[in-house]
Amino acid sequence: MLEPDPNYFSSFVCSGEIFELKAELNSDKKEKKKEAVKKVIASMTVGKDVSALFPDVVNCMQTDNLELKKLVYLYLMNYAKSQPDMAIMAVNTFVKDCEDPNPLIRALAVRTMGCIRVDKITEYLCEPLRKCLKDEDPYVRKTAAVCVAKLHDINAQLVEDQGFLDTLKDLISDSNPMVVANAVAALSEIAESHPNSNLMDLNPQTINKLLTALNECTEWGQIFILDCLANYTPRDDRESQSICERVTPRLSHANSAVVLSAVKVLMKFMEMLPKDLDYYGTLLKKLAPPLVTLLSAEPELQYVALRNINLIVQRRPEILKHEMKVFFVKYNDPIYVKLEKLDIMIRLASQANIAQVLAELKEYATEVDVDFVRKAVRAIGRCAIKVEQSAERCVSTLLDLIQTKVNYVVQEAIVVIKDIFRKYPNKYESVIATLCENLDSLDEPEARAAMIWIVGEYAERIDNADELLESFLEGFHDESTQVQLQLLTAIVKLFLKKPTETQELVQQVLSLATQDSDNPDLRDRGYIYWRLLSTDPVAAKEVVLAEKPLISEETDLIEPTLLEELICHIGTLASVYHKPPSAFVEGSRGVQHKRLPGSTGLGESLESPDTGSAAGGSDAPPAVIPSQGDLLGDLLNLDLTPPATTGPPPPPTSGMQLGAMDLLGGGLDSLVFFLFLSPRVQLGGDLGGSSMGAGFGAAPAASPASFSAPVSGGLDDLFDLGGGVGMPMGAYNPPKTVWLPAMKGKGLEISGTFARRAGIIQMEMTLINKAMSVMTDFAIQFNRNSFGIAPAGPLQVLTPLSPNQTIEVALPLNTVGPVMKMDPLNNLQVAVKNNIDVFYFSCQYPISVLFVEDGKMERQVFLATWKDIPNDNESQFQIKDCHLNSDAASSKLQGSNIFTIAKRTVDGQDMLYQSMKLTNSIWVLAELRVQAGNPTYTVSIPLRLKEKKAH
Amino acid sequence: MIHSLFLINHTGDIFLEKHWKSVISRSVCDYFFEAKEKAEDPENVPPVLYTPHHYLVSIYRGKLFFLSVIQTEVSPLFVIEFLHRVADIFQDYFGECSEAVIKDNVVIVYALLEEMLDNGFPLATESNVLKEMIRPPTILRSVVNTLTGGSNVGDTLPAGQLSNIPWRRAGVKYTNNEAYFDVIEEIDAIVDKSGTTVFAEIQGVIEACVRLTGMPDLTLSFMNPRLLDDVSFHPCVRFKRWESERVLSFIPPDGNFRLMSYHVSSQNLVAIPVYVKQNISFLETGACGRLDITIGPKQTMGKMVEGLKVTIHMPKMVLSVNLTATQGTHTYDLTAKVLVWDVGKLNPQKLPNLRGSLSMQSGAPKPEDNPSINMDLKIQQLAISGLKVSRLDMHGEKYKPFKGVKYLTKAGKFQVRT
Repeated sequence: MLEPDPNYFSSFVCSGEIFELKAELNSDKKEKKKEAVKKVIASMTVGKDVSALFPDVVNCMQTDNLELKKLVYLYLMNYAKSQPDMAIMAVNTFVKDCEDPNPLIRALAVRTMGCIRVDKITEYLCEPLRKCLKDEDPYVRKTAAVCVAKLHDINAQLVEDQGFLDTLKDLISDSNPMVVANAVAALSEIAESHPNSNLMDLNPQTINKLLTALNECTEWGQIFILDCLANYTPRDDRESQSICERVTPRLSHANSAVVLSAVKVLMKFMEMLPKDLDYYGTLLKKLAPPLVTLLSAEPELQYVALRNINLIVQRRPEILKHEMKVFFVKYNDPIYVKLEKLDIMIRLASQANIAQVLAELKEYATEVDVDFVRKAVRAIGRCAIKVEQSAERCVSTLLDLIQTKVNYVVQEAIVVIKDIFRKYPNKYESVIATLCENLDSLDEPEARAAMIWIVGEYAERIDNADELLESFLEGFHDESTQVQLQLLTAIVKLFLKKPTETQELVQQVLSLATQDSDNPDLRDRGYIYWRLLSTDPVAAKEVVLAEKPLISEETDLIEPTLLEELICHIGTLASVYHKPPSAFVEGSRGVQHKRLPGSTGLGESLESPDTGSAAGGSDAPPAVIPSQGDLLGDLLNLDLTPPATTGPPPPPTSGMQLGAMDLLGGGLDSLVFFLFLSPRVQLGGDLGGSSMGAGFGAAPAASPASFSAPVSGGLDDLFDLGGGVGMPMGAYNPPKTVWLPAMKGKGLEISGTFARRAGIIQMEMTLINKAMSVMTDFAIQFNRNSFGIAPAGPLQVLTPLSPNQTIEVALPLNTVGPVMKMDPLNNLQVAVKNNIDVFYFSCQYPISVLFVEDGKMERQVFLATWKDIPNDNESQFQIKDCHLNSDAASSKLQGSNIFTIAKRTVDGQDMLYQSMKLTNSIWVLAELRVQAGNPTYTVSIPLRLKEKKAH
Repeated sequence: MIHSLFLINHTGDIFLEKHWKSVISRSVCDYFFEAKEKAEDPENVPPVLYTPHHYLVSIYRGKLFFLSVIQTEVSPLFVIEFLHRVADIFQDYFGECSEAVIKDNVVIVYALLEEMLDNGFPLATESNVLKEMIRPPTILRSVVNTLTGGSNVGDTLPAGQLSNIPWRRAGVKYTNNEAYFDVIEEIDAIVDKSGTTVFAEIQGVIEACVRLTGMPDLTLSFMNPRLLDDVSFHPCVRFKRWESERVLSFIPPDGNFRLMSYHVSSQNLVAIPVYVKQNISFLETGACGRLDITIGPKQTMGKMVEGLKVTIHMPKMVLSVNLTATQGTHTYDLTAKVLVWDVGKLNPQKLPNLRGSLSMQSGAPKPEDNPSINMDLKIQQLAISGLKVSRLDMHGEKYKPFKGVKYLTKAGKFQVRT
């Protein structure tokens, strides 16, 4: 037992003292020795270097005195790393202690050995550890379980070679709940650094054992077990319900981490319960009180709870809809709690409670903390946009706040009023006069831009609009880009509305923007306006003063697939950051993306293929496709050399290839599109802007007729216009190719293709059993991919596949799966399972299957978007030898959901303007130039793509 | 799991560090200091921070930061709960949780941390179990040990660690067997200018002090358990019995512990014991303001309101106050700008009043907001939710224990907006 000690802090370790301590450590008197070790430990704790005493301290280790032993162990753990040779001296004592009749000493020895991170020692650790894992005393077993995790951290290979992982798995079935909990904890930690291994093999039996242990182990053990349970996918709703029933009591635990982990399990398994089930409603009711209780805990706990509640209310707003009041802010809450509460208040705001919410928000807007006040003012605006009935009250509240003349309040109010105008046009414009009074006090770019937008948009109702805008123009070059752009647009709007009085003003701003500015965005916009105004003022009016789309209600919702993933990670760091773990957890390259189980999930769980082995097991992608990185690099530098020179030379032609080419109408240069969808986390990065960054690259690939072309799946064949004469109209579908040769599939051969039929993407496969035995139990899973393609249902292979039998399967797909950028972009990694094994292969789908039916852009929008894209972002390439006229080409393309928006004929050239929309709502615009008699088509694709036009 | 722990005082010195895995350099704390700098107020430092290689999860307790370093994805609540538990244990061992006391007992602290976590996994966090392994310092014992030069080293396994009831140590013996329960309720409320309740709820706890010999099995039942729909229990409480019979059945830990906490939500009607009539105003011209506060009883269920205290955080420009109170004393802290009025008992016949003028910095603009009033109060022998214990039964042991229940209502975060 450790005894109280005098203050060792006052002692300062100098060389003389080291000497003194050395003498004391070697003293014959036990008591003196102990005191000396205590002094050493005290110095060590505060960071003083007492490593010189290593041999002397280790000499004290061989003692029956448990207290002294513990102190020496403490010292050893700290300094063994720096003195590995010396540490070896201690090994014998450790090994001896592992045999001690006292379980406390056995456990202590094995525990300490695991903490000594020296390779030489770990070798000696294996035997004692093996014994301790099977010790008769549960205390020793539970300590040994943790020790396996320690050892794995130091030397993972050793742990695997020694079979400790299997022993650890056996411990999940241990009779003592504490041992079970520690085994689960250790396995979870190992699994995290070791994603390939199928460590947590969860089946109904183990789940049952975990649930039993859950009731009896310590609070910390409960957390580990619950987190582990959350990874399990129940077979059906019955099992799901029974697990939920056994987990619900944990909601009443005093430890908030236990509560939140239980919430995670329930939120996840609830997905599988039918909504009309009574139990479903009961469960929803049971979830609210514990979440509310979390908010009465310490502020740090509140913060984490609030971040999680934010996710929960987005997924299931019904749980907390009556609990608005608990999110009301107290003035002495820490700021981080205040801001989170505010966020949730807005999410819960509805017609029923809006009066209360507004009253609160108004109260907050007079608080002291600037950040909080700003957010409160913004919140009022968001309420107005979210709850239409409250808009009027919100606007009047905002006006009251503007009257306070508090600078930052006024500015925030103006920014949100602009959004309110966008949502409810022609309703609240009467307040403009009040806004204009505050023009001079605006000093933040966002507020200035908002005010300028308002003045420009409503120029006809503001008598002195020209004066107001002119006043901004004086310091044009000192403004931020945001304000400059807005000012330019506003003055052009003003000019179009009142052309007579403002000619001078518009010229001034155009020349400022085009001649005196270094900013390309501003310059380009200036030129566009200038040209537009000088060539066709009517068109200019149509474009600039076009009716704007209404803004959406909630702009800050987390994207559904991400939300689903985050719900699976409730209570973790991911849930605090609202980012998937792969986005920030170091060394988590293999972290498997979790998804909520659907009520119609795969009949049986199929381990999702991990990236590594899937890639390894797949055919290497055709080498002729240049790597994505290179393309991107080029794109970002806007260094678009003609595609003909960047690409690798075409492969040597073969007889077969020639034949195929003839079949298709001969000699096409092909082009491959790469769409690069920047992952959300990188948003706002290189490609800039709030729009979904998207880049395009083009390079010649192999001839489309060569065997690999359909697999490489670009748009090449889509533009295969030449051979279209004899073909039926409809979407382009590449022929089937072999994805999984029988050699790799243990006799199963899979060939397939992708098609879009009646608006649904289908994966059409031919399965051939070339083995000697019957194949059954087929299932399929996709790895994450660039467009979130996922099976919409299970793989329907109803009858067993007997030897030499062939079966055709069509698997409908959807695009709501998790997204990850692939290389090449249209690469899809697939895992197919049957009774024999799991097989991995990768295939590539033609981008054209992703073009959706409503990809026809409004003419106006098309025009505006097209004009908005700077010329120099355009990339061009040519398709040779196409013998179709423009109309035939257009109708053929339409079959693949590439729509012709407009056609123009200039100098005998037909220009087709086309739009297509991808499943992830990215628009692609293209211009196709066809010269009669010339078999060469020119395709121009502008580089900037927008998901939605901002203003 | 938890990798390392740093203890940092409020000036930003790291005075203790403990690593459960490999050693992580102190420099990792720089990210924390940066955030601390930005937050100005130590209470406002975000509890979860993200650095390129680690996560920092911290709590702020007793002017100390407990900062833990994490390398893999773990539940931050688990870490925060654990850190609070460490602080609780220090409090329990040393009577307070401060830099001085931790430095004085550094070896015990170090040994405690070693016992509480193994490789980042919690090992023993129950104070009962820890005290069996590491004895808390007492003056008497240190005197005895210095005189005799000996120490009683128990090298037996702490029984609690292995049994199914880890919270109770074996072989407990008392000559006086007693079990006391305190039902303590705190009212959290926000009352607006006009006196209407914006929000009110009750946070209740039952604190127990049980000193009983052997392995007693207790059953505590309530007159009106229906009130309790949102509860959290100490692990010792058998949840099934609660679900089916609405009684608390448990084998108690030895000594002081929190048996349960509960929450009576804002949807139930919460009685507000006092009302506050107030008028705080700042004049547009001239550097002065007026303050007038009267407190009266509202729903006290016939009990005496005591320990009444009013705290007001004044705007920065209020330089001094010139107030007179009909009862109690008031002080104004010039640097922190906090006005405290210690009222004492509330006499319904003669309502306490505080009034007078506030003088402000000349030339300063009128404050944008009025300060909120924070209330403190106590009502003995009343649980404001109406909760009542009906009886306590003991099985498993033969003796007759002394039993007692006390009730107390306090103000929690009770705010009146002005």
